[in-house]
Amino acid sequence: MQSLSRATLRALVRSNATRATYSSRTAPGRILSSRVLPLNATATPASREFATQSTRCYVASKEVKFTADNYPNVQRDPRFSKLTREDVDYFKSVLSSQSSIIDAQDDASELEGFNTDWVRKYRGQSQLVLKPKSAGEVSKILKYCNDRNLAVVPQGGNTGLVGGSVPVFDEIVISLAAMNSIRSFDEVSGVLVCDAGVILESADSYLRERNHIFPLDLGAKGSCHVGGNVATNAGGLRLLRYGSLHGTVLGVEAVLPDGTILHDLQTLRKNNTGFDLKQIFIGSEGTVGIITGISILCPRRSNAVNTAYFGLDSFDHVKRAFTKAKKDLGEILSAFELMDGLTQDLFHKTTGKPYPLSDRYPFHVLIETSGSNGEHDSAKLEAFLEEVMGEEIVADGTVAQDETQAQTLWRWREGLPEACAHWGGTYKYDVSIPLNDFYTLIEDCRKLFDDAGLVGGMEDDSKPVIGVVGWGHMGDSNLHLNVPVRWYDKKVEGLLEPWVYEWIEKRKGSISAEHGLGFAKRDFVQYSRDETALEIMRRVKNTFDPKGIMNPYKYIPTD
Amino acid sequence: MSTLRILVPVKRVIDYAVKPRVNKSQTAVEIAGVKHSMNPFDELSVEESVRLREKHTPKTVEDILAISIGPPKAADTLRTAMAMGCDRSIHVEVPEKDEMLEPLQVAKVLKEVVEKEGRNLVILGKQSIDDDSSQTGQMLAGLLGWGQACGASEVVLDGEYLKVTKEVDGGTEVVKGKLPMVVTTDLRLNEPRYASLPNIMKAKKKKLEKKKLEDFQVRAENRLKNLKVTEPPPRQGGGKVDNVDGLISKLKELGAL
Repeated sequence: MQSLSRATLRALVRSNATRATYSSRTAPGRILSSRVLPLNATATPASREFATQSTRCYVASKEVKFTADNYPNVQRDPRFSKLTREDVDYFKSVLSSQSSIIDAQDDASELEGFNTDWVRKYRGQSQLVLKPKSAGEVSKILKYCNDRNLAVVPQGGNTGLVGGSVPVFDEIVISLAAMNSIRSFDEVSGVLVCDAGVILESADSYLRERNHIFPLDLGAKGSCHVGGNVATNAGGLRLLRYGSLHGTVLGVEAVLPDGTILHDLQTLRKNNTGFDLKQIFIGSEGTVGIITGISILCPRRSNAVNTAYFGLDSFDHVKRAFTKAKKDLGEILSAFELMDGLTQDLFHKTTGKPYPLSDRYPFHVLIETSGSNGEHDSAKLEAFLEEVMGEEIVADGTVAQDETQAQTLWRWREGLPEACAHWGGTYKYDVSIPLNDFYTLIEDCRKLFDDAGLVGGMEDDSKPVIGVVGWGHMGDSNLHLNVPVRWYDKKVEGLLEPWVYEWIEKRKGSISAEHGLGFAKRDFVQYSRDETALEIMRRVKNTFDPKGIMNPYKYIPTD
Repeated sequence: MSTLRILVPVKRVIDYAVKPRVNKSQTAVEIAGVKHSMNPFDELSVEESVRLREKHTPKTVEDILAISIGPPKAADTLRTAMAMGCDRSIHVEVPEKDEMLEPLQVAKVLKEVVEKEGRNLVILGKQSIDDDSSQTGQMLAGLLGWGQACGASEVVLDGEYLKVTKEVDGGTEVVKGKLPMVVTTDLRLNEPRYASLPNIMKAKKKKLEKKKLEDFQVRAENRLKNLKVTEPPPRQGGGKVDNVDGLISKLKELGAL
């Protein structure tokens, strides 16, 4: 009776569109129906509610130009062979299932989703997608490609933001989507071993039933693969609490270009026996091999989770709130997210959801605490709230009174990438900046665009730029600078690059905090790393992939 | 214009976003360590009461009183109701281990409170999402001899009268009744607000009166006994076929072709 009524209620509430449901917190619109989840997946129709609201269409969102046409200075490497029918026949012979091959000869339209990236900025021209079902199949594919000099691009959920997961020219796409099983989970140690193609949210749901949590959470969790997360060293919303994947991943299973399978699915936390090879693969963005499985240490899920949302009058107030949160909330603080006022306006405009607070503020902060004892946490949170209100550090705020409210409040942070993409596209920069200069980047960038007269706001359709907005993981000094646009415009790009990178270099920040380098940032990596470091990276790459077939034209400049 | 003295009963239930689980002995749903919050329909009642105050002259609504009959932690639910705008509350404390009261007992307690506190409008959720009885409002109206409008999606105050739009199968029904009245809320009535921080702080200082069941002429004795609670059978997952031939043979196997 109870579960029936809850289901009915959920359906009603959903149709009423008054509240967001759990799965609508996942990256809506990114969930492809072809990805059938073998686990108790939570991808429901509600996760797509956002897509239906994108009623306005501009030129940029209709057709994505080929990367090759957009960036004529990047040339196809003539060393790579072109795909022949014999190659396709060979792949058919080594793959166990017919559905593992998507061939341009059969159905060119199906290739589109694998060729175009989520930001709709990059589009390759691959003629073949392979979906191997085991590390053995991956090995056979790679060995053949290496022998034949066929370039490949490994692909997970294709939710990357820097064009790293789609081909630039005609590279063969190797999708890990068919490798999606949980291999084992040890409830005592909390070590999960699974295939690379398991969707993050499926892994997390599996762990939830066992009172554990995946130590990574991000907006695209309904589509992204854990293998892709590891390959790009994704950061996400809870890095503040659980640390980077460099610490939580215990081992990987990976296939090298020559077909060698590295079986290194360690389940030990401590293991000082030689080079820590898995670290090479974490954050390597598919340039040294293909990760086919991971083992990862998962913490216990917290019983008590509280979510609060604040409005603040200046960035100085935000800094004070952050200092206070670290002091008063200490070990239970699991997220401290900053969103500027304009981001909330964009979200409000694109979703029609009512603002959580009665007034609007230049800055908003979302805080989450997770702990093992609800009463203890509440007492801490209350003391914190009383202080920040009493000292007028925050101007207004709210605390989620139930799970639904918590999830709805999170939408005001997690829904921002979609809100920005609403008008056509977004120029995205994911940077680390020392906290003192944290928000200055947005202010300086705003001035840059205002002076250039390119900003049209949400209403003026004649100008490309909607505005300059910023949000980010304040707890990790990680800011996302976003410039939502109606169409991708060389004038806008010329203004931003290399301006942003030079700005970051001056302040000793990083030009890529968590999104990676991919195609977008390959030529800018020298702003954050020196030539010696780059040279050593090239040597590493050369050791693993002497023929350079793995995800070419990306990551670091070849010379 | 009549002065409203509103009573808003609220119940602490398992959070609706949480999947309930049946306990090992199959006698009840597991509640220990599970997140609880205010019954969503009751949130609508609280919101509607506060909106009635905001919509009319300040004196129209004299007092909004929240009440909860439940375990010690139901006090948190009452604080939430007060943070949303209720003026004060009564907590009829029932020991944690006791069985949940049946609707008739709840209605009897509410009747006594209505009479003692001089209420002339009771706004209740049309049902609570844990037992789904959907009876308390109707029983209360019966015991009091008041008019009732159930499943409201719009409530308009017009002098001594309430005009209520009710959700009925396949459409709506508009009724008008004279105060005092009982109104039960349905999902489309409003969208409950977030409790703001200043209001959460203020709510801590609002009056929360503690009572016991013995203070009322109600026997805490249920007429029904829960024999067994079971989960619905798990849904069979779909299968995948490799190609059209696979699909055809599968359909044949199932006798669909």
